[in-house]
Amino acid sequence: MNGIHDLGGMHGFGAVIRERDEPNFHHAWERRVFGLFAPSFAAGLFCVDEFRHAIERMGAAEYLQSSYYEHWLHAIETLALEKDIVTAEELRNGHAASGSPRATPALAAAGVPALVETGASARVDTTVKAKFAEGDMVVVKNIHPVGHTRLPRYCRDKLGCIDRDHGVFVFPDSAAHGKGEKPQHCYSVYFSAQELWGSKASRNDSVYVDLWDDYLLPA
Amino acid sequence: MTAGHDDHDGHEHAHPNGRPLSDPELRVKALEQVLVEKGLVDAAAVDALIETYETRVGPHNGARVVARAWTDADYKRRLLDNGTKAIAELGYSGIQGEDMVVVENTSTVHNVLVCTLCSCYPWPVLGLPPVWYKSAPYRSRVIIEPRKVLAEFGLKIADEVEVRVWDSTAELRYMVLPERPADTQGMSADELAALVTRDAMIGVARVAAPRA
Repeated sequence: MNGIHDLGGMHGFGAVIRERDEPNFHHAWERRVFGLFAPSFAAGLFCVDEFRHAIERMGAAEYLQSSYYEHWLHAIETLALEKDIVTAEELRNGHAASGSPRATPALAAAGVPALVETGASARVDTTVKAKFAEGDMVVVKNIHPVGHTRLPRYCRDKLGCIDRDHGVFVFPDSAAHGKGEKPQHCYSVYFSAQELWGSKASRNDSVYVDLWDDYLLPA
Repeated sequence: MTAGHDDHDGHEHAHPNGRPLSDPELRVKALEQVLVEKGLVDAAAVDALIETYETRVGPHNGARVVARAWTDADYKRRLLDNGTKAIAELGYSGIQGEDMVVVENTSTVHNVLVCTLCSCYPWPVLGLPPVWYKSAPYRSRVIIEPRKVLAEFGLKIADEVEVRVWDSTAELRYMVLPERPADTQGMSADELAALVTRDAMIGVARVAAPRA
């Protein structure tokens, strides 16, 4: 979707403000939101693509005015509600409705070190033919999907070159909507800064974007 | 700036220390409690995750990778060839670093990282991202005017040097291998690691030479 999250190249946000000796978390509740992500993921509440899309679906003004961990909180709440894992009433009351079935947590504390060490790669161990090879010129499709996509607006319809083939990965545009992994090759695609931003950009500069086969056409 | 979000918003619920609970504070508490009561989340696992990223995972990990690459040419080759494997040799792997790519700064190329669509960041080597990295100003600007943003960070890049901006739009996570500063011959990998900063591994700073 052409949402507010797709920020690359926008103007008007001002200077990058840095904080000296910044802590990992600014409020105790941010810690809890952070810590809830992996256990919720492990419990099957969402996949990472659904999670990102839930953030993208926030209202634009709300997105810009709220902090990163508020985005996470919004996403977990939204997906738990949409998937009927919790009800609005339960979230209001802060307790599960009486008689709710009780599952066993998929991620116990003892399992945390192994999960942290292994993660959950989106790489798919399957043979899918690559549509492009290193050095191929490509044009990015001029598409405007209304659902989740990882194709930034700034590179649509632009001419690029395949820098490297990362291998086969889950396709987020499909996975975010419960339509399966649709595994395909994902590449690092080179664009000259002038191709993306016009002749005033430095002729020496470049942008590399990771893009899947379904976003690309032969040039 | 999103970090300064005020959580003293006058909500009527009392906090143990007398301060009112903010909206996100209440919401997180409720969400966690409901998920725990349903047996979906183990609160001790939440604690363990927080503890891991507050105390064990951070840019000191990436700094060790950089220092090793500076002192071991074979390792550097492996690192640039297959970042995931070479980083795992030093014991770093997993969440938000499952598939790593390392890009090298040289006298002719300067690399800098961003995630314009969200805030993807290589946790196993750099820890959790700073607020500025996740902020709208950085994400919107560094992709279109990298030299200006880098200058604001105090980093002047010569015109003839190519600036490469890496937008991590997929599940690959990037790390910059900064240039080794001059006058560091004879330093051990541990001494070198102490010089390497988070910002240098994002590409918004150089590694400064040690102070004499």
